[in-house]
Amino acid sequence: MPIGPFLLRRLGSSALAVLGVSLLVFFFLHMVPGDPVDRLAGGDATPEQRRDMAACMHLDQPMATQFGIFLRNVANGTLGRQCPDPEHKPSVMTRVLEVMPYTIELALGGMLVALLMALPLGVVAAIRRGTWVDAGAAMVSLSGISMPTMWMGPLFIFIFYVQLAWLPGPAEADAPLALLLPSVVVGTHLMAMLSRMTRSSLVEVLREDYMTTARAKGLPEWVVILKHGLRNALLPVITVAGLQFGSLLGGAIITEKVFARPGLGTLLLEGIGERNYPLVQGTVLVIAVAYVTVNLLVDLAYGLADPRVRRA
Amino acid sequence: MKRLSPSTWIGIGLIAMFVLIALAGPWLAPYDPTDQDLDNILAGPSADHLLGTDENGVDVLSQLLHGARLALVISGIVVVLCATIGTALGVLAGYYRGWVDEVIMRAVDVLLAFPGILLNIAIVALIARPGVGVMIFALSLNGWVGYARVARGQVLSVREREYVAAARASGASNRRIMWRHIFPNILSPILVQMSFAFGGVILVEASLSFLGLGPQVNYTWGALLDQGTTYLWKTQRLALIPGLAIMLVVLGSNLLGDGLRDRFDPKRQVIGG
Repeated sequence: MPIGPFLLRRLGSSALAVLGVSLLVFFFLHMVPGDPVDRLAGGDATPEQRRDMAACMHLDQPMATQFGIFLRNVANGTLGRQCPDPEHKPSVMTRVLEVMPYTIELALGGMLVALLMALPLGVVAAIRRGTWVDAGAAMVSLSGISMPTMWMGPLFIFIFYVQLAWLPGPAEADAPLALLLPSVVVGTHLMAMLSRMTRSSLVEVLREDYMTTARAKGLPEWVVILKHGLRNALLPVITVAGLQFGSLLGGAIITEKVFARPGLGTLLLEGIGERNYPLVQGTVLVIAVAYVTVNLLVDLAYGLADPRVRRA
Repeated sequence: MKRLSPSTWIGIGLIAMFVLIALAGPWLAPYDPTDQDLDNILAGPSADHLLGTDENGVDVLSQLLHGARLALVISGIVVVLCATIGTALGVLAGYYRGWVDEVIMRAVDVLLAFPGILLNIAIVALIARPGVGVMIFALSLNGWVGYARVARGQVLSVREREYVAAARASGASNRRIMWRHIFPNILSPILVQMSFAFGGVILVEASLSFLGLGPQVNYTWGALLDQGTTYLWKTQRLALIPGLAIMLVVLGSNLLGDGLRDRFDPKRQVIGG
C-alpha cells in the first residue's frame, strides 16, 4: 500500500477511536450515581438554585443536545467551563495547559531513566544469552515492573527525603531536582519492557551475517556489538518507547498522587471526585488525542523505515 | 526440546509457592484476618504474632495469608475470563475478516486509547460499596483487549496454512475449523499473555486500593499495602511485608511469561501487557 492511503486509513481509524472514547466517557459520566447538582449547589440549596445549576450545566437538555454542546466546546477550543458562574472560570483547556508541562516533563524524565537502565541491561543479557548473567538481567529488569508504584514511591520518599534529606519531598514539584525521584519511579516501571525488547531484538541481530563480516574485519568486539549490532536492533525498541511515551502523556496517575505533583492524571481524578463533567470529558479527550497521535507517529515512522509494515 | 532458562525456573518456583500458600493460607493463618487484639497495636514481630500487628491490632501474617487466597481468586478469574473473551473475539475477527473484524478491532482501538485504570475507576465509582465481584467485572471489561489483538494476529497467519485449507475442503464447518484447527495452534502466545497478566491484575488491584477504590475487604494485598504506606513514618514493616509479597508474585508471573515466550518463539518480540 502506498503511503497516502495508508496514512488516510490510519487517520480515519484514529479519529474514530477518539470519538469512541468521547462517547464512552459521556455515557459513563451519566451513569455514575449521585446528582452532580447536589455536589455543586450544596445540600441546602433551594429548588430554584438547583434548577439554575442544572440549566447552567445543560442537564435539563436531552442527552444528544448535551453531547452536541460538548462537541461545540471542542470545536471552539475551550473544552467547556465549570458551573456555577462559568464566564468567570478558567476554561478546561486553560487548566489542561497549566498542568501539561508537568506531565510532559515527567514523561520525558521517565523515558530517559528507562532507556539509561534498559539499554545496558538488554545488551548484557543478549550477549550472555542463556547464562546466569542473562537470568540476573531478567530479574533486575522485571523487578522494576513488578514493584507496585504506590510502594516504590513512598519508600523512595522515606529514604531520600525523610532519612537522608538529599532530595526534595512531595508537593515541591517546582524545586530543582524534584523531577528526579518521580522519573526514577516511572522509569523503573518502563525499563522492563524496553530491556527485554533490546535483548530479543539484539539476539536476532547477533545471528546476522553482517555481524560475522564485522568480526572478520578485525573490529574490536564492543564496536561490533554497539555499532553494527545495537544500531540495527534499535528500531523495535524505539517503537515500544514511543508507545510508552504516548501512554505516559495520559498522566501517571499513581506517581503524580504519591509525589503530590500536578498533572493530567491528577486533574482527571479531581474531575471525577467533583463530578465536574466538562473537566472529565475534556481531560479524557486530550489524553486520547495525545495517545492516538503518538501511536500514529510511531506507526508512520515504522512504516517509513520498514515498508513491509504498510502491507499488513 | 529446548530447556527452560534459569530465570523461568525462578518464575515457576515463585508462582508455585504463591499458589500453595494461597490454597493453604486460610488454614495456616493463626488468627482470623479481622480479629482485633487491642492490647497489641502496631506490635513488632513476636512468638504470638510472627509478623507483628497492624494499627488495629490485627495479626499481619493472618491478613497476608487470607489476602493471598483473595489475590489468587481475583487474578485467576480475571485472567481466565479475559483470555476466553479476548481470544474468542480475536479468532472471530481474524477468521471472518470484513465487518466483524472492523467492529471488533475498532472497539479494541477505543479501549486502548482510553486510560485503562480510568475505566476501572469509572466502573468501581458506579457502585457505592464495591465488592470483589465488582472488582473482577471492572478489571475484565478492558482486560480482554490484549488477547484479542494477539489472537487476531495469530489467526491471520494460521488461516492461510494448508491444514486449514484441507479441513475446509473436506467440508468442515467454520466452527469446527476455528475450534479444532485454529485455536490449538494459537494457544502458546495466549498462554504467555496470561502469565504476564496474572501479575498485572494484582498490581491494578493495588492501584485501585491506593486510590481508595478497592473492594470493601480490608485484607486484600492492595488494601494492606495502602494501610502500610500510611504508617510508613512510624513503622516500615507494615508497608514492606505486603509490598514484598506483591513484588515476588508479580515478578514470578513476569519471569514465567518472559521464559515461556522465549521458549515458544524466540523471534516473538513484544511483551504482552
